[in-house]
Amino acid sequence: MQIYLPIAEISVNAFLLLGLGGIVGVLSGMFGVGGGFLITPLLFFIGIPPAVAVATGANQIVASSFSALLAHLKRKTVDLRMGSVLLAGGLVGAAGGVGIFNYLKSLGQVDLLVNLCYVVFLGIIGGLMFIESVNALYKTRSGKRQPRKKHTWIQKLPFKMRFRVTGLYISVIPPLLVGAFVGLLAAIMGVGGGFIMVPAMIYLLGMPTKVVVGTSLFQIIFVTAFTTLLHATTNYTVDIILAVLLLVGGVIGAQFGTTLGAKLKAEQLRILLALLVLIVCGKLALDLLLQPSELYSIGFSS
Amino acid sequence: MRALLVLITAGMLVGAAQAEEDIVLGLNQSEVSISTNFNGSEIIIFGAVKRETPIPDGPELEVVVTVSGPSKPLVVRRKEKKFGIWVNVDAVEVDRAPSFYAVATSAPLREVLNRIEDLRYKISVPRAIRSVGAPMNIMNSAAFTEALIRIRRKENQYQLIEDGVTVDQQTLFRANVQLPAALIEGDYNTRIFLTRGGKVISQYETVIDVRKVGLERWLYNLSREQSLIYGLLSLAIAIAAGWAASAAFALLRR
Repeated sequence: MQIYLPIAEISVNAFLLLGLGGIVGVLSGMFGVGGGFLITPLLFFIGIPPAVAVATGANQIVASSFSALLAHLKRKTVDLRMGSVLLAGGLVGAAGGVGIFNYLKSLGQVDLLVNLCYVVFLGIIGGLMFIESVNALYKTRSGKRQPRKKHTWIQKLPFKMRFRVTGLYISVIPPLLVGAFVGLLAAIMGVGGGFIMVPAMIYLLGMPTKVVVGTSLFQIIFVTAFTTLLHATTNYTVDIILAVLLLVGGVIGAQFGTTLGAKLKAEQLRILLALLVLIVCGKLALDLLLQPSELYSIGFSS
Repeated sequence: MRALLVLITAGMLVGAAQAEEDIVLGLNQSEVSISTNFNGSEIIIFGAVKRETPIPDGPELEVVVTVSGPSKPLVVRRKEKKFGIWVNVDAVEVDRAPSFYAVATSAPLREVLNRIEDLRYKISVPRAIRSVGAPMNIMNSAAFTEALIRIRRKENQYQLIEDGVTVDQQTLFRANVQLPAALIEGDYNTRIFLTRGGKVISQYETVIDVRKVGLERWLYNLSREQSLIYGLLSLAIAIAAGWAASAAFALLRR
């Protein structure tokens, strides 16, 4: 069934969009990633104009994250306190990110930078997670438990705060910095930033994986809602019909994803997320390295 | 609507003043409505040649029909391999390129229209594009316009349909133009030329009105005029959908 999108001004298959939203929804529920790093390239691929894809993708992430967050709230796997600290950092970072983005836009080549950002960050994070979780899986198999490193430099910082749900008593500076860094990258790359935040929370802050997902979703909702509004009021690129189709698939998928995620072991979950991140990274890297079939492209001059 | 009437009358006057062979035109639809389930549209342009005198001797009467969507300035960029990756290296601005352009002819284009007439009336696809602002450092700006035509042609946005017009008894003619699903709203200028021996002997212009209707129209207007409300509305829908799915699943599990 073809449907005409009023803002994107093209006609696409409605079921294709529903399916796309569904797949991304499953992943967002499972891993606590908003799915922006998946949905935006997928929308490009089916021919949605990039500006509309980025803005509408953000709106879709709000919906699937909200659905997944509710599921996590019921299972009490959200640390609201930690989430708020991350969010405070995130908003500051996002504001800075928008500034950097506009500056680079004035220099040209912003597409290239966004692509490079994707390849570099997805590559590093995916690679590290994959190695680490394979090791962890191997160690649990052989019966040894990895002792948690308790005394790092992070423990020595001031302004300590107790995060009861997470079971941590640490300084607020690292979460604030993590939030700000994620916000910065999120604004530049046009994603929620879950794929950066989840590993950062696990490996930098030492939070348990089960709490990380819900807490990251909490922060993502606010950041992407902010982004959606910004795009709708300045660029007029949010397509409601496209968003509705994606999110109908997305919210249902997110519920399944949460259930699925609860059944898997934390290490398995991490390996899967790492593989997914690496696949997307590989695809984007190939686009940069291989000769495109059409060397010319059409853009609208402003 | 008034503009449309003015155009039609102007077209008629021009036709009457120029030649003894005039065009009487019909369209299967003078308006194309883009609704939610819009999936392209076919326009049938038909008409007759009105004469006071008998059919002149000499070359046969041929018909050229063009349909042109709203024009926008564009940038065409070119990629080159730098430091191992493909990056945009240079760009050419195209002042005016129609979002959609179709030429239908009753015989191969070069037979029905000579180059001078093409240049004068800007009929063929390359002539319909205007590009002047190529920077000094770009040697082959023509390659950029060629690329633009190639890309648009692949997407069916630019069409050259030779033998797309049937002419009967040198009097009746009929052309079909397929509008693609990815259509931008606006005035689609439609021109009909009568030619003999490569020369234009009469022309006629009209406008096909392509408009979003219903929900499409409402959403589009809201997004432009009340963008904050539109943004909040999309967020509200997102939150509501997220909550509804969660609630529905909670009920299912119980």
